[in-house]
Amino acid sequence: MTQDEMRALVLAELQRIAPEVDGAALDGARPLREQVDLDSVDYLGFLVALHKATGVDIPESDYEAVATLDGCVAYLLAH
Amino acid sequence: MSDIRLPSLGADMDAATIVSWCVAPGDAVQKGDLLGEIETDKGVFDLDSREAGVVAALLVAPGTKVTVGTPIVRLQEAVPVPTAAAPEAPEAPEAPEAPEAPEAPEAPEAPEAPEAPEAPEAPAAPEAPAAPSALAAPAAPPPSPSPHHPHVSPLARRIAAEHGLDLAGVTGTGVQGAITQADVARALAARDDATPAAPTGAPVPTPASAHTPATIVDGMRRAVAAAVTRSKRDIPHYYLEHDVDLHAALAWLARHNADRPITERVLPAALLVRATVQALARVPELNGVHEHGAFTPSSAVHVGIVTALRGGGLVAPVIADAQTHSLAELNAALLDLVQRTRAGALRTSELGGGTISITNLGDRGVRAVHGVIYPPQVAIVGFGAIADRPWAVDGMLAVRPVVTITLAADHRVSDGIRGAQFLADIGRRLQAPEDA
Repeated sequence: MTQDEMRALVLAELQRIAPEVDGAALDGARPLREQVDLDSVDYLGFLVALHKATGVDIPESDYEAVATLDGCVAYLLAH
Repeated sequence: MSDIRLPSLGADMDAATIVSWCVAPGDAVQKGDLLGEIETDKGVFDLDSREAGVVAALLVAPGTKVTVGTPIVRLQEAVPVPTAAAPEAPEAPEAPEAPEAPEAPEAPEAPEAPEAPEAPEAPAAPEAPAAPSALAAPAAPPPSPSPHHPHVSPLARRIAAEHGLDLAGVTGTGVQGAITQADVARALAARDDATPAAPTGAPVPTPASAHTPATIVDGMRRAVAAAVTRSKRDIPHYYLEHDVDLHAALAWLARHNADRPITERVLPAALLVRATVQALARVPELNGVHEHGAFTPSSAVHVGIVTALRGGGLVAPVIADAQTHSLAELNAALLDLVQRTRAGALRTSELGGGTISITNLGDRGVRAVHGVIYPPQVAIVGFGAIADRPWAVDGMLAVRPVVTITLAADHRVSDGIRGAQFLADIGRRLQAPEDA
């Protein structure tokens, strides 16, 4: 999967939870939860959706690494 | 022979519009089966059956607004009935309707009167049982009479209807192939790509709902306003708050989650709910309902989870019998309910019947939330943010993750001392989370 495809996948899962998100307006280097209103239930739902789509299980100790859109895409591609 | 009546989904609901039926006379239904959809001020909900039987008649035509308690579906006992006889069954038993008249059938008419345009429709249902059954087939839009059609979330159905999208061509990716809001959005995007010209086709015949996003928000605000106004008018609240060190609980939870796949990961919020439910067992005067001037304690703990919707407004779906749930079960129920609430895919059996509520605004960073009791309940527990704070430990200053737990309770039913004992008990339980 290319970086663009992975980014599109992550954005699609994010928009399933937060339909108001405009992918083009997101800053890839800023934490998602600072830009999108996601509570802990939304956020876990988002990570579970990514797990189901990619097979990657993100442990809690790696939450820091996936906090931004760029970080998330890179992490999923690397695993 | 029994009637299913329009259920109350909370103190803020006194009527609903029947949007569609997905059963027809002669269909056998089990407890929990989908009967149709209803629309309240808070949105559209799947109406699931609270009993088993065979549908004898649909008593209310789609598009009709009825008050809580109005008989809407007549069920007969689930004995094998020749198919041919089924459609006629409703007519014979119609006679017994008369004795019930003073009780229910009048309810829809009286309140309906001021809303003139709908009045003529309502009475039609009880008088002519044949009409609604005939109406049911053409008026129920996408659902086929088969109870096994893929489930469509009410929100997905509404969006599809607004855009004139035929759901038959949409692939569902939800649970058991259910069509979700996202599936409809994808299908719409695909269609719009294919036909750049604005889709001007007549909208699919549907739901009698004339709701636009703006009126839905208006309805939601009205419903919330009614509930909180009644609460503040009728319930003398008292408020307590209690700070709890979550150092032990969070350390335990981190170890617990480290060994588990992401799909079984437990949220701190579930731990807080669990401790609250356990502590309630010792304080019956906080768990139950106050109606008609008297308090009825409940031995079961049905917890309403106050959930904010993305478009604004609140819904409090209920985890029934929470006292019987393990931590893992509570966590799963919490995730499932909150996600389905926000996706607009709740069932009516998941609303109403709460005996206490929990509100958690911690993710938004507030230190404490002083809740408004949801009548007829008598207490609401609130959680603020879990944040590092200076904390005295053994005479030394430490930095610990601390949460402020609040209680708003009905002073007619309990006194502050009981509330204080309850909050202290929650705090103690959170020091030994492994017992959860």
